[in-house]
Amino acid sequence: MTQYIGKPINRVDGLDKVTGKARYAAEFNVPELAYGVVISSAITKGKIVRIDASDALSLEGVLQVFTHENRPKLAWFDLSYKDQDAPPGSPFRPLHDEKIKYSGQPVALVVAETYEVARYAASLIQIEYEEEEHETSLEANKDRARKPKSGLASALKPPPPKPRGDFEEVFNAAPVRTISRYVHSVEHHNPMEMFATTVVYEKKGKLTIYDKTQGAPNSQLYVSQVFNIPFRDVRVISPYVGGAFGSALRPQYQLFLAVLAARELKRSVRVSLTRQQMFTFGHRPATNQTIALGANADGEMTAMYHEAISETSRFEDYTEVVVNWSGMLYPPENVILDYKLVPLDVYTPLDMRAPGGVTGVSALECAVDELAYKLGIDPLEFRLKNYTERDMNEDLPYSSKELRECFRQGAERFGWAKRNPEPRSMRNGSNLIGWGMATGIWDAMQMPARAEAVLMVNGKLRVSSATADIGTGTYTVMTQIAADTLGMPVEDVLFKLGDTELPLAPIQGGSWTVATVGSAVKAVCEDLGKTLFKLAKKLPGSPFSKVDYQDVVFLDKSIQLKADSALRVSLQDVVDSNGGRAVRETSTSLPNMLQQRKYARSVHSAVFAEVQIDEELGTVKVTRLVSAIAGGRIINPKTARSQIIGGMVWGISKALEEESVMDHQVGRFMNHSLAEYHVAVNADIHELDVVFVEEDDTIVNPLGAKGLGEIGIVGVPAAISNAVFHATGKRIRELPITLDKLL
Amino acid sequence: MQSTSILSAEVTVALPEKSLVTLTINGEKKQLELAPWTTLLDALREYLDLTGTKKGCDHGQCGACTVLVDGKRINSCLTLAVMKEGASITTIEGLATVDENATVQLHPLQDAFIQHDAYQCGYCTPGQICSAVGLMNEGRAKTTDDIRELMSGNICRCGAYPHIVDAISEVMQIDKNS
Amino acid sequence: MNSFSYVRPDEIDVAIDDLSVHHAAKFIAGGTNLLDLMKENVERPARLVDINRLPLQTIDDTAEGGLRLGALVTNADTAYNEQVEKRYPLLSQAILAGASPQLRNMATNGGNLFQRTRCYYFYDTDMPCNKRKPGSGCGAINGYNRIHAILGTSDSCIATHPSDMCVALRALDAVVHVSGRLGERTIPMADFHRLPGNTPQYDNTVQPGELVTAIELPAKGFADHYAYLKLRDRASYAFALVSVAVGLDINNDGTITEARIALGGVAHKPWRRPESEEQLVGQSASKEVFQLVADSIIDGAKGYGHNTFKVELARRAIVRALMQASKLEKIS
Repeated sequence: MTQYIGKPINRVDGLDKVTGKARYAAEFNVPELAYGVVISSAITKGKIVRIDASDALSLEGVLQVFTHENRPKLAWFDLSYKDQDAPPGSPFRPLHDEKIKYSGQPVALVVAETYEVARYAASLIQIEYEEEEHETSLEANKDRARKPKSGLASALKPPPPKPRGDFEEVFNAAPVRTISRYVHSVEHHNPMEMFATTVVYEKKGKLTIYDKTQGAPNSQLYVSQVFNIPFRDVRVISPYVGGAFGSALRPQYQLFLAVLAARELKRSVRVSLTRQQMFTFGHRPATNQTIALGANADGEMTAMYHEAISETSRFEDYTEVVVNWSGMLYPPENVILDYKLVPLDVYTPLDMRAPGGVTGVSALECAVDELAYKLGIDPLEFRLKNYTERDMNEDLPYSSKELRECFRQGAERFGWAKRNPEPRSMRNGSNLIGWGMATGIWDAMQMPARAEAVLMVNGKLRVSSATADIGTGTYTVMTQIAADTLGMPVEDVLFKLGDTELPLAPIQGGSWTVATVGSAVKAVCEDLGKTLFKLAKKLPGSPFSKVDYQDVVFLDKSIQLKADSALRVSLQDVVDSNGGRAVRETSTSLPNMLQQRKYARSVHSAVFAEVQIDEELGTVKVTRLVSAIAGGRIINPKTARSQIIGGMVWGISKALEEESVMDHQVGRFMNHSLAEYHVAVNADIHELDVVFVEEDDTIVNPLGAKGLGEIGIVGVPAAISNAVFHATGKRIRELPITLDKLL
Repeated sequence: MQSTSILSAEVTVALPEKSLVTLTINGEKKQLELAPWTTLLDALREYLDLTGTKKGCDHGQCGACTVLVDGKRINSCLTLAVMKEGASITTIEGLATVDENATVQLHPLQDAFIQHDAYQCGYCTPGQICSAVGLMNEGRAKTTDDIRELMSGNICRCGAYPHIVDAISEVMQIDKNS
Repeated sequence: MNSFSYVRPDEIDVAIDDLSVHHAAKFIAGGTNLLDLMKENVERPARLVDINRLPLQTIDDTAEGGLRLGALVTNADTAYNEQVEKRYPLLSQAILAGASPQLRNMATNGGNLFQRTRCYYFYDTDMPCNKRKPGSGCGAINGYNRIHAILGTSDSCIATHPSDMCVALRALDAVVHVSGRLGERTIPMADFHRLPGNTPQYDNTVQPGELVTAIELPAKGFADHYAYLKLRDRASYAFALVSVAVGLDINNDGTITEARIALGGVAHKPWRRPESEEQLVGQSASKEVFQLVADSIIDGAKGYGHNTFKVELARRAIVRALMQASKLEKIS
């Protein structure tokens, strides 16, 4: 029964969030807590020659200054430093040796009795470096582009498919062709909560760690391996995460430093990064993309070339799926998709909301718009003409694909039919108005996960899994699924997450949490239901003594006969019969690979944008944005809408504002603050409209839900870029579209 | 060879002296022994365990640390606790009231944020709500565009802005289409 | 942040004396810029003299028909002051275009004058900066300089003054009152901030130990014809790439009798060129005339790469602001 699934219930953690009770990693205050402040490298490449910490150490309250010179011996092999999201290569090791590999690298940790003393002491430490030449510019080094190394990550991030057909011949013969180049800047996640770890040093050296992470088990794995501590002595807790967007998929260096200090000092330590230091680890990589499209005179796309050159660090090969989407969205038979990396003296890039997806699709969907214009076909009509029911890369049908319906409903909501296709044809006073649209796509993935369900002696249900809620609504959605599966009111269901003592779940990323953990929650509640039913049958005078499980339903805190709801046993009576003990089940949910591999599984969107541009001054305002989403079953329309709106805000921010600008002479991101790295503010956001298109999918997972974390952003930058072209007649192929580009 | 020494030579290395600071926080008088370098934000979070007020940048660039000082919204990261001697400070923990039956009565904005899902990760939320209380006290916002502009000192990286505007305009009884 | 001592005097003389006798002491009022810079180790005062209790908290009429803004009145209270809103709406608008409501509730009128540049290299103590560390070089000239100056620059420094309020004050010909051990003096806004030359470490002409006590607005407020136009990288809560403050006097037959045009975001100080403004006197408002004046104001402007667009942007922004002030164009 679905009393809650599909209903817009309020977030179950809402009260904690609006009253300030929700505690994040840096907010667990324990007695005798010491504070660590990180010192970041002043140079980009070279080595440390001398560290003088004498002034700092002379200060009362300074406990220690940790550097590569005095760090304890730690795990030797690269493998020990590999977390669940580590790309191929040698993970960065903080305080490993004197070598500097990138600007802002942590070179020392000052630990003191108070935060202020540590901060002061950090300013007293003198470090001498010997500099070497560095290379940080993708553009200047793109002739070094090479194929990425493959590794375990390739399973989730497949390399481009082999070329198919004969692109060159068909493209050269095509009557209508476009070739364009797209340049995207580096971006940083900048979640509102800065990275922090509080390590509580317990008796016998056990550690309880409050970490900012998208997966407590991932942090546990890392700490356990690097510091050679048994799993049972490392508990990682992370009930609330103040935004992450991919940045907390990998343990960041403050975790390493806090654990190191706590173990060496044998006391509890907190290390928080500064906002400036939020620019000293993973980022969305800069990319250069080239797209060539050919079509016949009828507007049928026949040839497609999509190449992306991206950056990575010198020590790891970070990859993302940038170009494959082209082959999934469009049907040409003659295709070359290519993806290369240039290793630079930067930190390894890191998945950032719709990693690769928003990058590749932003370029692709602009190129498609350019081709449609060249053909003189309405961009929406062009996409319908070149619609594919199959993923052409894998040559598989989609498990479901209501993109056509997204186009239809989105266009209707937006009023696309009233558009004058002529660029510069729409005005509002001195402002140019532009309408643009684009498609979005992301994977609908499911991973294995475990969950536990407990009917407690007080008749309430506790369900748990070591997943995360980074603002996505995991607490709420899982509560809904559990409540519906066992016929409980949500008020009687408690969902717990973010704790390594709970059953194992994967890191929260890739929009797979609802599919993955939701399926596990559903499975374990069903298993618990079966156990409860067995107990109910044994009750004296049970109405179910001769009834099969499939003949009952769970409703109103009871087990009821489907045929006659008057025949029922309350769950309280069932648990009461269990000798004073709670009834518990633990289950594992695995994706049905046999079935899933026969299909391509994706979530789709159609995005329509209206921009208003001051022609003389170049300022762009996104006045309206409509996103129509085909994301399978929507478990909670309220939190789902929030996720899509959030993605749309990100899309506006990416299209118009976000850019981490590196001064390549010094190899450092110079706008490393929230004053100069611009993200959208309230005044940037106007009318945002979300349409969820009905989509029934029995293949993706038992819930039929596809995940919404990434899809919200994917089509937005291209829709805006295309609207800017429609308004001004100018193709801006370099993001962000700042006013100077339109002068 | 490059050397980074932030301090010039003549500055002596020593700790600042502490003094007694009296603040009224959420109606309760608090006395703290603090060095002048402790910001109001750190005093709340690290010395009083009032962690509802958030640190999002520590430089006045995000608004997560917004509290009300004598009814006015400010960034608590950019003021020293000692500078607020004698002031009356309201944080997110002090907005809800508890009635005689010990029932918690949320501030209407807190309730509206829940109803409108005006948050996601929740980290900027206390600052948003305190800022909105300040906005209402100021009485300058007449339209939703005014709310957008006057709430722009509070960044929400999750992008809940439309819902934040919905929640505030409902409580302020401002037409949603203004 | 370094270690410092702290005092909170109640009297102006005591505050000035304290500052004068202590090494590396600084006044603190709102703290919005100073504490920001102290956390970056850019500012390292040995002593903070908290002036928030000094009696400089009022806005009063002057005998000359103007308004005297106490140095410690907050930016918000100034912008929303009834008299300021009515008689100096240009100032109100400029203040409200800056920062955020929270910051405007903290920042004071006096403090606003002392805002330091937002130059990335100035803020980053690992980088060279002649303003922060004289002689260390300028990272911005050949580096990333999107937000930097195009007018009045030097080989040592291309930083800009980031204030919005000061741009309006410059257009309004405000006068700053300062008090020091040697007595009181006034500094016209034109002379308050300075160009970098080869001593960019000095932002202004206030002498060590002097305290700003008030900002005086002359009677003329241009309340009928004014505009503050701010262009930035997002709709709010961002510093100006270019801003323009315009005040015009236009008589009944449509002739411009006086014009003030000040630019922000383009120089080490709010930028004005009075001889260009003169060109408007006796003319009637028209886009063509405004374009000529705009060309004249930015004559000699020079870009450094990332900020070269500002030359054209400033030209267009001046024209737009003049169009708005003369009501030839609606403010949208």
